[in-house]
Amino acid sequence: MSQTPALEVKNLTKKIKGKQIIKGVSFTLVPGEVFGFLGPNGAGKTTTIRMIVGLISPTSGTIKIGGKNVRTEFTEAMRHLGCIVENPELYPYLTGWENLIHFQKMDSSIPKTRLNEVIELVGLQNRIHDRVSTYSLGMRQRLGIAQALLGKPKVLILDEPTNGLDPAGIREMREFIRQLAREENLSVLVSSHLLSEIQLMCDRVAIISKGTVLRTDSVDNLLAEQERVIWRAEPIKVAKEILSMETEVTEGPDHTLITLYNEPLLPDWNEKLVKAGVRVKEMRTQLPSLEDLFLEVTGGESID
Amino acid sequence: MINLVRNEMLKLLRKKRLYVIILIIAFLVPLFTYAQFKEIQDQREKMGNQDWRTTLQQEITDTQNRLSSSRIQDEWRKFLKIRLSQQQYYLENDIDPRAPGAPTFMRIFVENSIDLLLPLLVMVIVADLVSSESSGGTIKLLLTRPVKRWRILLSKYLAMLLSISFIVLSVAVLSYGISGVVFGYGGWNMPLLTGFTVSGDELLTENVHIVPQWQYILMEFGLVWYVCMIVGTLTFMLSVLLRSTAAVMGIMLASLIAGAILANMVSSWESAKYFFMVNLNLTNYVSGMATPIEGMSLGFSMSVLAVWGIAGFIIAFVTFSKRDIY
Repeated sequence: MSQTPALEVKNLTKKIKGKQIIKGVSFTLVPGEVFGFLGPNGAGKTTTIRMIVGLISPTSGTIKIGGKNVRTEFTEAMRHLGCIVENPELYPYLTGWENLIHFQKMDSSIPKTRLNEVIELVGLQNRIHDRVSTYSLGMRQRLGIAQALLGKPKVLILDEPTNGLDPAGIREMREFIRQLAREENLSVLVSSHLLSEIQLMCDRVAIISKGTVLRTDSVDNLLAEQERVIWRAEPIKVAKEILSMETEVTEGPDHTLITLYNEPLLPDWNEKLVKAGVRVKEMRTQLPSLEDLFLEVTGGESID
Repeated sequence: MINLVRNEMLKLLRKKRLYVIILIIAFLVPLFTYAQFKEIQDQREKMGNQDWRTTLQQEITDTQNRLSSSRIQDEWRKFLKIRLSQQQYYLENDIDPRAPGAPTFMRIFVENSIDLLLPLLVMVIVADLVSSESSGGTIKLLLTRPVKRWRILLSKYLAMLLSISFIVLSVAVLSYGISGVVFGYGGWNMPLLTGFTVSGDELLTENVHIVPQWQYILMEFGLVWYVCMIVGTLTFMLSVLLRSTAAVMGIMLASLIAGAILANMVSSWESAKYFFMVNLNLTNYVSGMATPIEGMSLGFSMSVLAVWGIAGFIIAFVTFSKRDIY
């Protein structure tokens, strides 16, 4: 793709009290994609995001939003950005409407009519004139998104967007994010420590651990590479012997064997088993969850 | 910028702090009015049934007698003459100098509240101006807008300036309005003496002159506003530096009270005069009360306060625009 990246992060580092917290993070977001930022707690996700939105100044490296450098062209860069960092903390003593007006006044390029658009988009019409202190967490989350979309940003940054939402809320949020990316050509950066969520929501994912990006790839690629075949065969001992001559075999649960997925060779392996008198009952491919992947990439670091 | 200041004013109003302050003043003023009223009654009782005009006439005769004596110094003679004209004005215009009108009450009220009560009220407004955004997390939304940080802080500072002016104004209006019910609303032109200076143990009277009360009050309110702005700026700085509003209040409260205590016991510790909190009593210079430490004057105190204020302002803006927000 030759278009300018919506968000470009290059060699970002951050030192706090002599300790290197972020050690050279780089990635880019193209318009219209949902990008997942995955890592365990304390991996540096939030610090990286705070540097992108300008709350923390990086020790070195550049961040460009819509081609504008966050450090040297702060206001221009921020025009292209909408974000929720951690929880959507709005003013509880103001109404939803007043909160939005408050943020609309901070950017002269936003017309007042935009307020009704975003309120409708997140579906808060009925409660918008109530105080935020009376809102449920889901409603606050929606108001937070309305606030983030107010300036028609090119990049939307959501830190743990489904935190504290019920399953229906999570599903709704996920669909909403996908819809925004598809219909408004918005780039969305979503951070999460929940793998299943990222897997369902994102096009591409960066796995971050201990301040470095370990892998960046599309979700499909990452998963395909780790695709496995599950075998159920009898007698299992013979099957294992034969298969281990061809490839790496591990024993799975419930008397199964697991091998790598290798499409051209698979029929041959099967033939050999059958010839040796092994009864192959089941042979299926399985995509690993991102969880397995994550454990493999990070070398077994725990994730919750 | 106007929009930003409006935002800040909206938040201040919604937090209802200003109402609380007005309520506090509206509660205290009748209290003090009653106290003042009691005091006047007490004085009258002591003087018996004698008419105040007779007492004043006696005082005038007394002053005249002293003036006619040839042995007094020129300077003292000048002062006595001014006193005399003041007393004669009271008599001619039928003003009882011991029965104050609302303007006098106003004046006494601000003179007594300049070093503690008003700074406390200012503190209530200013203490959480920035720290509440940090502790509530809304600062993250505030600082990710296409607005530079110093502009956001400046809008908060201007909102503070407006609310302090509002507090000072409402003190004036409420103290005048409420006390006037008891004391009457007249007395704006009553002559008052000002221009005393203190040198060593001596009260110098060479610059003493008479000003009408309205001018005197205007002067004092100007000083009160100035003191409130400095206290406000320092509280504002603490509010930027600390996340906890309680800590801001604690530090400010401690230093204000320390100032009140210090003022009574530091006469021999000369360098203590560079603390901001012993310099808050600016109205004392107008009325000619002794200063807590030798060598303090209105100009000196105002400059000390200005230095503290400017330093606080710079520290607040520099840290706010550079700070990492976690």
